[in-house]
Amino acid sequence: MNFVPNSTIKNNMLKETGLNDIDELFSDIPKQIRVKNLNIPKGLTQQETEQKLRELANKNSKITSFLGGGIKLHYIPPAVKSIISRSEFYTAYTPYQPETSQGFLQSMFEYQSIIAEITGMDISNASLYDGATALGEAALMCSRINQKKTFLIPQNISWEKKSVLKNYTKGPGIKIREIPYDNKTGKLDLDKLKQNIDNDTAGVYIENPNFFGVFEDDVEKICKIVKDNNSIFVVGVDPISLGITKSPGAYSADIVIGEGRAFGNPMDFGGSSLGIFACKNEFLRQMPGRIIGMTKDLDGRRAFCMTFQTREQHIRRSKATSNICTNEGLCALTAVTYLAWLGGNGLEELSKINYEQGQKLSKQISFVSGFEKRFTGIHFNEFVIKSKIDSNKINKELLRMGVQGGLTLDKWYPELKDCMLFGISELHTDKDIEKLVSALKEVSHV
Amino acid sequence: MYRSAVYDEPLLNELESYKKVCETKQNTILPNSLQRKEKICIPNLDETQIVRHFLHLSQMNYGVDSGIYPLGSCTMKYNPKICEEIVRWDNFANTHPYQAPETIQGNLQIMYELEKMLCEISGMDHFTLQPSAGAHGEFLGMLLTRAYHESNKDIQRDEVILPDTSHGTNPASAAMAGYKLTEIPSTSDGTVDLNILEKTLSEKTAAFMLTNPNTLGIFESDILEISKLVHKAGALLYYDGANMNAIMGKARPGDMGFDIVHLNLHKTFATPHGGGGPGSGPVGVKEKLEKFLPTPRIIKDKKGDYGFDYNYPRSIGKIKGFYGNFSVLLKAYIYIKMMGGEGLKESSEIAVLNSNYMKKKLVESKKYEMPYKQLRKHEFVLSCEKLKQEKNIRALDVAKRLLDYGLHPPTIYFPLIVKEALMIEPTESEPKNELDKYIDALIKIADENPETVKNAPNNTSVRRIDDVGATKNPLLTWKMIK
Repeated sequence: MNFVPNSTIKNNMLKETGLNDIDELFSDIPKQIRVKNLNIPKGLTQQETEQKLRELANKNSKITSFLGGGIKLHYIPPAVKSIISRSEFYTAYTPYQPETSQGFLQSMFEYQSIIAEITGMDISNASLYDGATALGEAALMCSRINQKKTFLIPQNISWEKKSVLKNYTKGPGIKIREIPYDNKTGKLDLDKLKQNIDNDTAGVYIENPNFFGVFEDDVEKICKIVKDNNSIFVVGVDPISLGITKSPGAYSADIVIGEGRAFGNPMDFGGSSLGIFACKNEFLRQMPGRIIGMTKDLDGRRAFCMTFQTREQHIRRSKATSNICTNEGLCALTAVTYLAWLGGNGLEELSKINYEQGQKLSKQISFVSGFEKRFTGIHFNEFVIKSKIDSNKINKELLRMGVQGGLTLDKWYPELKDCMLFGISELHTDKDIEKLVSALKEVSHV
Repeated sequence: MYRSAVYDEPLLNELESYKKVCETKQNTILPNSLQRKEKICIPNLDETQIVRHFLHLSQMNYGVDSGIYPLGSCTMKYNPKICEEIVRWDNFANTHPYQAPETIQGNLQIMYELEKMLCEISGMDHFTLQPSAGAHGEFLGMLLTRAYHESNKDIQRDEVILPDTSHGTNPASAAMAGYKLTEIPSTSDGTVDLNILEKTLSEKTAAFMLTNPNTLGIFESDILEISKLVHKAGALLYYDGANMNAIMGKARPGDMGFDIVHLNLHKTFATPHGGGGPGSGPVGVKEKLEKFLPTPRIIKDKKGDYGFDYNYPRSIGKIKGFYGNFSVLLKAYIYIKMMGGEGLKESSEIAVLNSNYMKKKLVESKKYEMPYKQLRKHEFVLSCEKLKQEKNIRALDVAKRLLDYGLHPPTIYFPLIVKEALMIEPTESEPKNELDKYIDALIKIADENPETVKNAPNNTSVRRIDDVGATKNPLLTWKMIK
């Protein structure tokens, strides 16, 4: 099985092509740079491959994890796995030939519809790479719309996003300014926002819940500050929270972005990922990425196709709204099948469970002496715990007991020494929680 | 006779039980200031309905598993099933990117070894696996270019040059990184014009972006002279790896003088396109650019343990959250392990043979012309200009008629320098009889009644689509349909 069927009839085909030797096909490559062989070992059979990969998989160890940081293990229904395993879907290219791609196109139309629904926006694109690059694209879009050159972000967004944003905005020279968080609540400091916003502010970004897991409940006030300044209001969401919390559309956000992996996609070590990007209809022509529209065929039947392609690189080249071509199509398909499976009621239920799990865990950890909640703001399924002893030491001890503790924050937030970002989802059992809590008790006594 | 499945498949919100949709209760779990007050209008359906809905949709979709898919520059090769199965193992799929390194040694080893294998295949010194797609890799390449010139205090370089055959993502990526673009015309051979290139290069040039073989499928034989000219001008040479499937084990961009290379794992290394993604576009560089690569780098210590290294003060930082599309990296790793060096070389050889076999038969049919140099690599570009002149059949019509035969059309109207272009890339995956079927269909179509061809397709789930109407009256969500 070498996946190259004509290798056995190579000589006949060469003859039919009027050639004697395969190397005649490569005769236009200068001799000095021709290579004979690649220094890569002989291929393995499928059986050997599986054995080899089993060995590698076993070098990863199974642990009970309470890591936060915007990515957690969630339940994936077998129906979702079954649907996305249809190879008519996953072995297709970008739907450039709509007549033979109606299945994928309609699915993406439904994805856009559901994303618009839960975010409270008018429209959504058919995905970007991930939440971090969606932030980069949002900043570029704001500056394209109003020609201003500063973009405001909370100080407490993930360092990964900050770095990606910096790289995305480097070309057009957009300046990034950070707004500090309130040291007590963990929410955005509104006074600091007022001090920093000015005539050159293209857009203001907030996250809800934010990176510390805390909900921003002054969103109307924030929105007013942004709109009074004629800037664009960009909101980043944990889409699972939208089952119970106000949609950004309800507080007049202009652009909503987020990481959609949690909708049916596995953690996969952080990738594949799914960049959610939704906005108000008035910004349609400035939006990055692919958009699917509904239309009719020659016979007047309902049909779907890629639309507003004049924004895209294959038509506009250097004048495109973004360079994105390959996106995260299959992850978006996964998301829409997952959300269809959940339904509106299911999403609300899931959201509620995640909130309740977060409350339960934070309460139980704060009961252990030496640990307390760092911020007073209401939190979702992630939260920051301050420890009396060295947080790195704690995690080392926990690991010995088969538990992965919270994410230590001091490397990126020196002011949060011995603070850990914990996360939990619907998949954690009471037994898992007990395991963590008793391990923490043990560690704090050492 | 080919017939696609046809369903009048309703939208999810039109399915019967949609009436239950907006019955969501008011939750009281959160304080009033945070509570969602709007209903979540996603229908609440049974699993049976959902599975049937999406199964019907899948049957109105065409993938590589349905048949030949010779989209030029897209390398639609077969995607081995074993890769799909292994990435789903819990020990891979359930790993968190912030887990302690000692608990993810398997993942790190795979990424470390994949970087090394990509170095060997491309002839580059170092790789990063972070970019999510080819265009994302190009963008990173341009950021690295900028970092390199800035570190040399060469800040006046604000211009990128590319040939008129380049992929649309090239200029878009360079523009996004803040560069001005200069496009240079190709020679009558369809290759880079050395004289024009030399005149265009200056102390303002940051980089020259090139695909080799280019989008006509022609190998740029002057590549060593091109490299000399570009480097003499102080610029960098960038390799768009979309066409790497033509030369694995035969030649390496690193040896040709390229400084930065991106590869498309979802093309050359057999990972599925997923209807548009996820992809992966690793970027390789020469030694002089290593210090600017994104962090974290994956390292192996003296004890043989793998880990992350963030200690690269000159690094440009990150261009994606975490470490890249790991699931795609894993599939490509498995593919390379199965093929081995010899298998990869054979893939390229047969991909090029298949392409030249088809090219010969089609050119000899005299139904289509092939402008520019005749020896092609893994893809070739025909023109329907004669058909258009004589019978008013355009490339678009030929493409749509192929659909009626159950065959996926080639890329059309690209590259822009070929009139009425059909850009055909069969890949090594197709057996000879599939190639013959495709050749026969193309020849037959050229002789068909022009009305039949212009009326195609008729055997697909819908007929030709009103895309102008889609823009005039945008219907982009359920809510917008009244």
